[in-house]
Amino acid sequence: MSAVDTTERRQHPAFYALIVMLIVMSVGPILLMLSVSFKLNVDVISGTSGLLFMPTIQNYETALCDVLPYELDHLDFCGLKFGGAFVNSLIIALVSTVLTLIIGCMAAYALVRFRFMGRDTVSGTTLMVRMVPPAVLLVPVFGLWNNEFCISKADWLGGLIRDTFGGRGDVCLAGTHSGIIIIYIAMNLPFVIWILQSFIVQVPRQLEEAARMDGAGPFQIFFKVVLPLIKPGLAAAAIFTFRIAWNEYLLASALSDRDTKTVPILIVNNMSEFNVEWGVIMATGMLLAIPPIIFTLFASRQIITGMTAGAVKG
Amino acid sequence: MNVATYNKTTPYLFLVPALIIMVLGLLYPLGYMVYGSFRDWSPSQSLGESEFIGLGNYITLWNDPSFRESVGVTLKFAVSVVSVEMLMGVGLALLLDRNLRGMSLLRTLFILPMMIAPVVVGLIWRYMYHPTLGVFNKTLTGIGLDSVDWLGQHALLSVIIADIWQWTPFIFILSLAALQSLPRSALEAARIDGATGWQQIIHIKLPLMMPVLIVTGLLRLIDAFKVLEVILVMTEGGPGLSTEILALRISRTATEFRELGVAAAMSNYLLLMLLTLTVFMLVYNRWLEYLAQRAMTVAKEED
Repeated sequence: MSAVDTTERRQHPAFYALIVMLIVMSVGPILLMLSVSFKLNVDVISGTSGLLFMPTIQNYETALCDVLPYELDHLDFCGLKFGGAFVNSLIIALVSTVLTLIIGCMAAYALVRFRFMGRDTVSGTTLMVRMVPPAVLLVPVFGLWNNEFCISKADWLGGLIRDTFGGRGDVCLAGTHSGIIIIYIAMNLPFVIWILQSFIVQVPRQLEEAARMDGAGPFQIFFKVVLPLIKPGLAAAAIFTFRIAWNEYLLASALSDRDTKTVPILIVNNMSEFNVEWGVIMATGMLLAIPPIIFTLFASRQIITGMTAGAVKG
Repeated sequence: MNVATYNKTTPYLFLVPALIIMVLGLLYPLGYMVYGSFRDWSPSQSLGESEFIGLGNYITLWNDPSFRESVGVTLKFAVSVVSVEMLMGVGLALLLDRNLRGMSLLRTLFILPMMIAPVVVGLIWRYMYHPTLGVFNKTLTGIGLDSVDWLGQHALLSVIIADIWQWTPFIFILSLAALQSLPRSALEAARIDGATGWQQIIHIKLPLMMPVLIVTGLLRLIDAFKVLEVILVMTEGGPGLSTEILALRISRTATEFRELGVAAAMSNYLLLMLLTLTVFMLVYNRWLEYLAQRAMTVAKEED
């Protein structure tokens, strides 16, 4: 392996070949999905390999048929309801991200400024929560959300909800957006608190003292002085939370009902059907992959900060 | 007085929402699961109506050959995935640790695979492993070789390859960050003393990176036990039980076989495994840090 030594001195051509190969390996499969998503099923099956095909957006139209404003000629019946699932995914991911950030920010601020627990406690908790697989939460959350966390329809509040929104039985968390959102917040909160803590520590105390002299209360100081200063940390935390909430399948599939299905659930359901239409399914996969890809391209610095903060700085 | 009480209660006000969520969404469910694992519990009953059977579920699982096979598959998957990823990731980091133009672009492209949804990763790889349409078999038949039954005969290997594709960049990024935060003086000194590239790597870079590498490996190992969606989409745990890792088996026991008590007991086994691993790794890391510190003080005394 003397090749390593030579490349060290004069950037061997093999070195650039290696880099090109790595790029192809990491991005290639994603580009493959992109290209299949623009192919008609005929083109996929016939195997006209490479780039020799007429690109079409028909697959995307099929996937989004329930929200398109116009009728589709190639489709008699709109079976895939991806538009609705897309809206559900957006609502769940956005709301849980915003709530996680607000709650996490407040907690991180309190932990730093009022010196409750050391950083060790928080990073320990973060590690412990990261250890819990979503599959482990599946059973208890399914049971609790369906049977225990309910308001009886005989109560005034339960009765009110049933009267306004319709439906049968007791009012339970399962099958609602909020049921899924709560569990995502709980899963992401320790990590967010831990990331934000490291940013809040860097905010100079004098700034807050000055604001207090000017007569600002703790909440005002928090929202007007601290929050604007930790924007980079907020960005990193937001991307991580959004990504997990947006990509998650297992818990969403256990907790959602017909109206609250998210995109990953529909993709898995369609994969298990006998006849897979690769073009359409790749189009849906692409739609699911686009938001994380955009985040990565525009905020890779923050993502890498968030990722390395964990292990490298301990 | 009023201001004082105000200041005393504010921290709690800031913490209360987080505490409520953590208790409702995590602590209470976990306790509920432990409680439920001692009961004969089906989805149609509430937990209170189910019958207490003591360690029944745990004993059933212990004697269940398919559960044991599942544990075996999980361990095989996790260990092989983590060791290959660590080797490749650290190797690449050592190789690419130099001032290159466009390094940040390179890193951006490398983290794409782990940002996209596991479901989508499974989708892409299932297509690439397709017996006739997939890239691998097309290439193989193109150069005149026999096609391979990727997701049939070699299902576990195929799943492992997909995971390596997705997560090697994670190790790479973390070890690169660790490399670049090494003290320059140590490397300088080694270079002046005439250490070759390999000597520098083995005697200086790797030992100094070790604490970070251990934490990285641990994080990756924990995550390897959580993998579910990629395998679900690619093979659905099949053929047979060959790729049915524990997480997948838990979800199938709960949703298909409708045995919540057994699934809860299985979850507890998995959690105990992960807990043992984590504690072991952390203690080991502390021990290494302690050794490093002692070596430092000894070196100082000798000076």
